[in-house]
Amino acid sequence: MKAHLSRRNMLVASAAGMALPLAALPARAQEKVAKIGIAIPAATHGWTGGLNYHTERTVKSLQAAFPQLDFVVTTAGDVQAQVNNVEDLIAQGITALVILPMESDPLTEPVKAAKARGIFITAVDRGLSEPGVEDLYVGGNNPQYGKIAADYFKGKLPNGGKIVVMRGIPTAIDNIRIEAFNAALEGSGIEVLDMQYANWNPDKGFEVMQDFLTRFPQIDGVWAGDDDAALGAKAAIEQAGRAEGMKLLGGSGMNRVIKLIMDGDALIDADIFYPPTLIIPAITVTAARYAVQSPVHGIYTLDSPLITAENAAEYYFPDSPY
Amino acid sequence: MSDATLAPAATPLRQRIGQLGPLIALILLVILGAVSSETFLTAENVLNVLTRSSIIGIIAIGATFVITARGLDLSVGAMAALVAGLGIMGMNWFLAHMSPMAALITGMTLALVIGMLAGLLNGSLVVFARIEAFIVTLGTMGIMRSLVTWMSDGGSISLDFALRDAGRGLYYGAVLGIPVPVIIFAVLAALGEFVMTRMRFGRHVTAIGSNPDVSRYSAIPVNGVRLATYVLQGACVGLATLIYVPRLGAVTPSTGMLWELEAIAAVIIGGTALAGGYGRVWGTVVGVLILGLVANILNLTSYFSPHLNGAFQGTIIVIAVLLQRRRSGT
Repeated sequence: MKAHLSRRNMLVASAAGMALPLAALPARAQEKVAKIGIAIPAATHGWTGGLNYHTERTVKSLQAAFPQLDFVVTTAGDVQAQVNNVEDLIAQGITALVILPMESDPLTEPVKAAKARGIFITAVDRGLSEPGVEDLYVGGNNPQYGKIAADYFKGKLPNGGKIVVMRGIPTAIDNIRIEAFNAALEGSGIEVLDMQYANWNPDKGFEVMQDFLTRFPQIDGVWAGDDDAALGAKAAIEQAGRAEGMKLLGGSGMNRVIKLIMDGDALIDADIFYPPTLIIPAITVTAARYAVQSPVHGIYTLDSPLITAENAAEYYFPDSPY
Repeated sequence: MSDATLAPAATPLRQRIGQLGPLIALILLVILGAVSSETFLTAENVLNVLTRSSIIGIIAIGATFVITARGLDLSVGAMAALVAGLGIMGMNWFLAHMSPMAALITGMTLALVIGMLAGLLNGSLVVFARIEAFIVTLGTMGIMRSLVTWMSDGGSISLDFALRDAGRGLYYGAVLGIPVPVIIFAVLAALGEFVMTRMRFGRHVTAIGSNPDVSRYSAIPVNGVRLATYVLQGACVGLATLIYVPRLGAVTPSTGMLWELEAIAAVIIGGTALAGGYGRVWGTVVGVLILGLVANILNLTSYFSPHLNGAFQGTIIVIAVLLQRRRSGT
């Protein structure tokens, strides 16, 4: 298997060398030292759109920097498709797997099977259900995401108030954030009038917000959970003429929303950073392991700070699709 | 298949009684809403629901014709996203060359044409290449959805702010207190009902749906009529995007996701036969309103865990169709 693989890869490498004689490749045809498989969700909403964009970008630049590495990117629309992708990647003889599991439980077994073959496992954003399966973990801080949102409303409504909350797509991540949000809100005098799923989607955010507005005469704050949903909610609030004195918070750092904050929008004056860019260190650190022989294990946790007008410029990517 | 052979056997009287099914479900739903929420019957809420239902409603009117002619179009949601995306890109581009209003109107025309072309593509593959409509439109659904994702880089395609003010009226505007989308939806529904029941095209659509072979022997231009239903569907999708785009001014890869199922569900709840041969546009309108009201009532009340929203919606759909079955069976 191994001999066959390297022979095939040598053929590919020499073919590439012949096809691109002028390319800035190293002088000698390099043997591929590792094949890195990447399994991420397909672009079903803005955040995953950004994730796909940054994955593509990162792979492209790493491929140029390290021609001795091979990258295979797969995307999946649902959990079962992702399980299939992992199996296909294993069959292609990958050396390392970078995976953002769509759900932790169903992917634990397939990823364990990969590990049993000696494949290095990097989990992104979500861990697997059993400890010790992943060699490397790069994640955002989901409990902090919920807590920052709660702290924001506590700061804005020191004497209590009434808020409504939009949840995301029903997933483990959403549960973790909401749990932390509720816990941090306890005893603050802030009443959560209702929570509804808006699927991190602008259209759903618009409709849910319209119905919240007709249902509740007094709303002091809205946590839309995500910037896509927040933009939908913003349109509904402004249309109803209820923006006066209301605070709207989304989350995750979409460039359009960060621009609003920089421009001093009356309704949205903050955001929570939870960047799809976290895939970049995950792939890069994994690649470094083989490219420059950097032995890495452990946990990288990226903070989810509050973005306000003061620090917005640092988080603003005007050219990103998200 | 068996439904198709049974449908023509039903007497007009039976059909007339059965027609009340979805209407009864709608009335029950309105009563439920009024009892469970004080705000349900306020003008603001009613207009909100009617306005947002217009988008799916306009698409579902086209779907009524396609399904009545024994066709199916699964691509409407992806098509809406693609047409809206291309429309926005077109409008932004035109803006550099003309006034915002002119750019808007040119872009809207473009969107309608693209919608009809997409429908023509679906229809041609079904009619001339003789591929099953389910497969054709499943394929074009995937193609169009990926194109939107690709065009937007997975993010969003946004309307230029100069155009937003010009286009705002299409969703948020009102004439004599009635929102513009509702007027468009109502006019289209009335036209659709007229065409379906009073015009030759509608009768041809129904005849083809109930028996394409007999229709062919009866000198009905079967291929042309079937093709026309898909083009009509495309035009309806184009029209729906004209209302959709000004609402939020952006298209994302998730725009229009599952609209095809909502549209088909509305058509079937309204009493149109999924196997073709019998269709009514006013029933589709009732079906769309039922779906819109269910979602609205769930947002206005907190009797159920939001985890169970889907179960509630499913139950209402089944009840609406059940009422109709039992009525038409007596």
